Amino acid sequence: MNMNLWIAALETSEASASSGTLPFYLIGLWILILASFTGLEIISKVPPTLHTPLMSGANAISGITVVGALYCVFSDVGTMAQVLGFLAIVLATVNVVGGFMVTDRMLAMFGSKKKGGKS
Amino acid sequence: MITPTIAAMDTTLIEQLVYMASAFFFVTGLKKLTKVKTARAGNRMASIAMLVAVLMTVYLVAFKGQFHGDSVEAIKASIPWMVGGLVVGGLIGIFLAKKVEMTEMPELVAFFNGMGGASSLFVALATVVAFGSGAVSIGSEQTLSAFKGGDISLSIGLSILIGSVTLTGSLVAYAKLSGKMWKNRFGPVGTPGLNILLAVAAIGLVVFGGFLATGAMSTTAFLILTAVALFLGVGLVVPIGGADMPVVISLLNSYSGIAAAMTGFILQNNLLIVAGMLVGAAGLILTQIMCKAMNRSLSNVLFAKFGEDDGEKGDTEYKGVTSTSAEELAPLLEAASKVIIVPGYGLAVAQAQHKCRELGDLLEATGIDVSYGIHPVAGRMPGHMNVLLAEADVAYEKLFDLDQINGEFKNAEIVIVIGANDVCNPEAYDNPASPIAGMPVLDVWDAQTVIVIKRSLSAGYAGIKNPLFERDNCLMFFGDAKQALEDMVTEFKDL
Repeated sequence: MNMNLWIAALETSEASASSGTLPFYLIGLWILILASFTGLEIISKVPPTLHTPLMSGANAISGITVVGALYCVFSDVGTMAQVLGFLAIVLATVNVVGGFMVTDRMLAMFGSKKKGGKS
Repeated sequence: MITPTIAAMDTTLIEQLVYMASAFFFVTGLKKLTKVKTARAGNRMASIAMLVAVLMTVYLVAFKGQFHGDSVEAIKASIPWMVGGLVVGGLIGIFLAKKVEMTEMPELVAFFNGMGGASSLFVALATVVAFGSGAVSIGSEQTLSAFKGGDISLSIGLSILIGSVTLTGSLVAYAKLSGKMWKNRFGPVGTPGLNILLAVAAIGLVVFGGFLATGAMSTTAFLILTAVALFLGVGLVVPIGGADMPVVISLLNSYSGIAAAMTGFILQNNLLIVAGMLVGAAGLILTQIMCKAMNRSLSNVLFAKFGEDDGEKGDTEYKGVTSTSAEELAPLLEAASKVIIVPGYGLAVAQAQHKCRELGDLLEATGIDVSYGIHPVAGRMPGHMNVLLAEADVAYEKLFDLDQINGEFKNAEIVIVIGANDVCNPEAYDNPASPIAGMPVLDVWDAQTVIVIKRSLSAGYAGIKNPLFERDNCLMFFGDAKQALEDMVTEFKDL
């Protein structure tokens, strides 16, 4: 697999698949499709009790974009890009930390009860 | 030789394995979140997956610096920004999560969701800006697709588009849910015509910015795209009624996942694609589940069939309504052997869940069988009522689904409907022309006596009359849910 596609693209100013390996976006599309089916499959049955916590938990996971944001704060990409990157980190972290914590708060209340009848 | 967009695939085996473990825990965590017993562990698992991913990334960027040529200064300079961003965002998140009231949960989720969308938007914009100003920048005669490849160009455009729509859409949903905004129209904003125009313009700009425009023009196109998409987000959500916001947030949640996956394509990071699409797909399923619970099709929600005017729907005139008081109700309750409580939106708004539990406990103490019938959309979002009652320490086994409780109403002497309306409207069965025809409702009228605690006879979200209130076995107790329950508790104790 061409590990340096991105760097190569930078240096040659064009994305070339000349090495004969799959470009990232094709691998990415495979992953995208499989992850989508996984997501559809694991959520298909959920009791109404958990609709709210599940939504807020899934919401926190969508803050994964924080990982992308962390790549964006180098000083030599220009101040503007750096500020945008910083904002991206802050906002994604609000989403992640707040989302997981508030979900835990909700679920803790459920947990304090004896687990009995469904829903 | 500088770019903020770095291939995660450039990392070594161990680093890949760590990201993989993170993806594994996201999937397992989400799976566990769908079962009551394991939900809390699932949420923790997902949060650990996130922590691992973040720490790995910080380590890769700051300490290995392998993504960044050899500019040590730039690496060093980036550390405070990364750590600062995480600390600031973390503190804000902790503050909001700690201080929120359980009744405010829907708007908080909407707000967080908007932040996630904004983050994807900013990552894409940072990339665009960096391409325009970094050491290796786009040539003035060059299109972005020639510079970076068509896949990156398209991903950037889509990330901006979806991220922007998620941001403003969620903020409008937040405003509506927190009661800061009720209007469904602001001039032309939100009209189908304008929305279509904006959507077409947005798609055009994605193509133009990524594949046709050259040099600085490409950057400009993406900035215009941002503005257009931000407007589109507002326009899409403004016409939708407050009661449908849960469906909308759920859908926007799905969008924010997809936006994150798109940034995964920009940054060539598998983990972003996996986690993003998990949420994207899960959000779609949740949207579908919620639509079903409200007996609405998604298109019906999105293109607002009812509640599309500024409230004030249908004059609901009632005849022969029997109103009652706490003093009259107390002996009635005392004589009962089985009481079913049906809590609704009004209870959530009045924060009356604790009073509700108090009354329930009181009745039980005198040997009355008390159970709770929960409509799937009771409260301010699906599942919200369960959270509120759990907060008030109502035991789990007393809460029953629509299907479980509907056969029980005929055995109950008394049903107490607290701040609910549409979810117990017989029109759903009796009137095929009704907007709620076919919606699953609670058959409260089967009980000997139905006590409805409500502020007034005003219509619910569906904007229609509820003939239940005119029935002979229905007693209306007008008032704020909390106050009314308090009065009932006092009167009952005084017996």
